[in-house]
Amino acid sequence: MPEQLLFAMEVTLNGLMAGVLYALVALGFVLIFKASGIFNFAQGMLVVFAAMTLVGVQQGQVPFAHLINTIFGTKVHDFGWTVPTFLAIIVAGAAMVFVAWIIEKYILHHLVGQPDIILFMATIGMWYFMHGFAPLMWGSEVMKLDVGLAQGLNDPVLNATEALFGYGFFLDNLDIVAAVIAAILVASLVLFSQYTKQGRAMRAVADDHQAALSVGISLRFIWVLVWSLAGVVALVAGIMWGSKSGVQISLAEVALKALPVLMLGGCTSIPGAIIGGLIIGVGEQLFEFAIGPLVGGATQAWFAYVLALIFLIFRPQGLFGEKIIERV
Amino acid sequence: MMDAMNMSTDTNPDSYVTDDGRTIGGVVMDLKNITLRFGGVVAIKDISFDIREGEIRAIIGPNGAGKSSMLNVISGFYKPQEGEVWFRGKKRPPMRPYQVAQQGLARTFQNIALFDGMSVLDNIMTGRLNYMKTNMLQQAIWWGKAEKEELENREKVEKVIDFLEIQHIRKTPVGRLPYGLKKRVELARALAAEPSLLLLDEPMAGMNVEEKEDMSRFILDVNDEFGTTIALIEHDMGVVMDLSDRVVVMDYGKKIGDGTPDEVRNNQDVIDAYLGVAHD
Ligand SMILES: Nc1ncnc2c1ncn2[C@@H]1O[C@H](COP(=O)(O)OP(=O)(O)OP(=O)(O)O)[C@@H](O)[C@H]1O
Ligand SMILES: [Mg+2]
Repeated sequence: MPEQLLFAMEVTLNGLMAGVLYALVALGFVLIFKASGIFNFAQGMLVVFAAMTLVGVQQGQVPFAHLINTIFGTKVHDFGWTVPTFLAIIVAGAAMVFVAWIIEKYILHHLVGQPDIILFMATIGMWYFMHGFAPLMWGSEVMKLDVGLAQGLNDPVLNATEALFGYGFFLDNLDIVAAVIAAILVASLVLFSQYTKQGRAMRAVADDHQAALSVGISLRFIWVLVWSLAGVVALVAGIMWGSKSGVQISLAEVALKALPVLMLGGCTSIPGAIIGGLIIGVGEQLFEFAIGPLVGGATQAWFAYVLALIFLIFRPQGLFGEKIIERV
Repeated sequence: MMDAMNMSTDTNPDSYVTDDGRTIGGVVMDLKNITLRFGGVVAIKDISFDIREGEIRAIIGPNGAGKSSMLNVISGFYKPQEGEVWFRGKKRPPMRPYQVAQQGLARTFQNIALFDGMSVLDNIMTGRLNYMKTNMLQQAIWWGKAEKEELENREKVEKVIDFLEIQHIRKTPVGRLPYGLKKRVELARALAAEPSLLLLDEPMAGMNVEEKEDMSRFILDVNDEFGTTIALIEHDMGVVMDLSDRVVVMDYGKKIGDGTPDEVRNNQDVIDAYLGVAHD
């Protein structure tokens, strides 16, 4: 096989892995948008907050240590224990459910019936609030996240491709694990929404609020539920991303890559989020590989957005989004 | 909820037997001095009336009279500024629509509110949500129990489907159905909840004669076979006179008549309202 093609295949595979992460963030957006029509700009910040909370809990950090020390003149920093990873993940998950509850009770609940743009603005507000709050709670240094996921190159893939093509593919173990976990997460979400009582109620709310109320579904409960699910998805995304590149607030901006993913996949489609994520992941790697050298590189910074823009012109509702028909 | 419904009011001194042999019991829903405003618009002005167990109660009136608003007050979608809602002898505290639904009230909407993305069967299954007791954790851990519950509720839903003669469209996505069938699916979803009080907002609007006849028959059968109390809004006078035991007439947010179809038909205010006599 020609060498260029092999390179391209390797790049594609790596792109797929990066795409999984985009897809995970986009999935959080879609969950909330479907159920409540809210475009949650702060999803990326939820990812960071989840990851920070996980590390903080795991390492036994005292929350708000800096604040406490300033006010009381103390010098607390950590409790002096470490929490087992499994337990820390559960605590962080519970924290995300709590955040969902707070958001519903103190923000969304007061904005029911307001125009979508107001709700969107509220989520931008949440973004900035958490941008300040997260470091206040857990400090602003880059945190190292280690939940024991496999690191380094995957030897089986390297050896197999070496034997097959005479050229070994470099794939990160972490990426492979991330893809597998993401697949499991998506499968469980689909099972949940298709086969459980709450899943059915969730689909009902996503479809028609009035009708859902009339069959006895509490919208508030469902909103807390979807924000919790989005929080848990954010936690998973945060674990993957954090394991790769450490946890810091700027991670939230990387998560903005989910926006072009949504334009591509449509805001209301779970398969759309996944396929959109993969297309962008692969597309930007291949583009950088093929065209990057001609234009001086660093195309990843803008490729996704341009692709989404072109897409918007031809298919505004996205690949899988519902067709927009104006009601008259 | 069915228990409450069968808590027969035979011993109630108010109960009576209709010409066609149905027993009408005491008051289940009592609306007292309801006033509802939207900004400057007064949609309902100090209206009182009641609905009795087992009856078919019609609400009629010209366009914009406030009929749908009244139904929305009963089902908790609108909160009246003044007045009280008494249900089963108790004053109802302010409630959200889903809580009202959980008390055994089911409804349909004037502008059909269905889950367009779901099949007919799934739509009707949502009517059973309140009967499903296993929680998320149990469903995850003990699949068998959840499955059994699902099957039991499926059976009830199949009965409703047979009753309303919509077997042939069970698997069809609701969005694709013609208007008349959508109305029927909406009724099916309401019936699946086995309500003790069923509220129908213009169940026959936009239907042809044959579809109207079917719908009338279903409404009568629901009332007769399950003893369900029904309040309905309808514009077709013939239908109203045939179906209902008692009629409330509204005009410009006010109640202008209340009584049996015959009484209402001969009420001068009602005749004026329908003939469009100028209001003073
Ligand atoms: N949600 C609302 N917001 C503002 N005004 C409303 C609302 N709902 C109803 N109204 C107003 O209340 C009045 C009564 O409306 P309603 O829908 O109850 O009438 P209706 O008797 O059902 O009429 P129709 O036969 O046309 O269905 C109207 O003036 C209407 O504009
Ligand atoms: Mg109406």
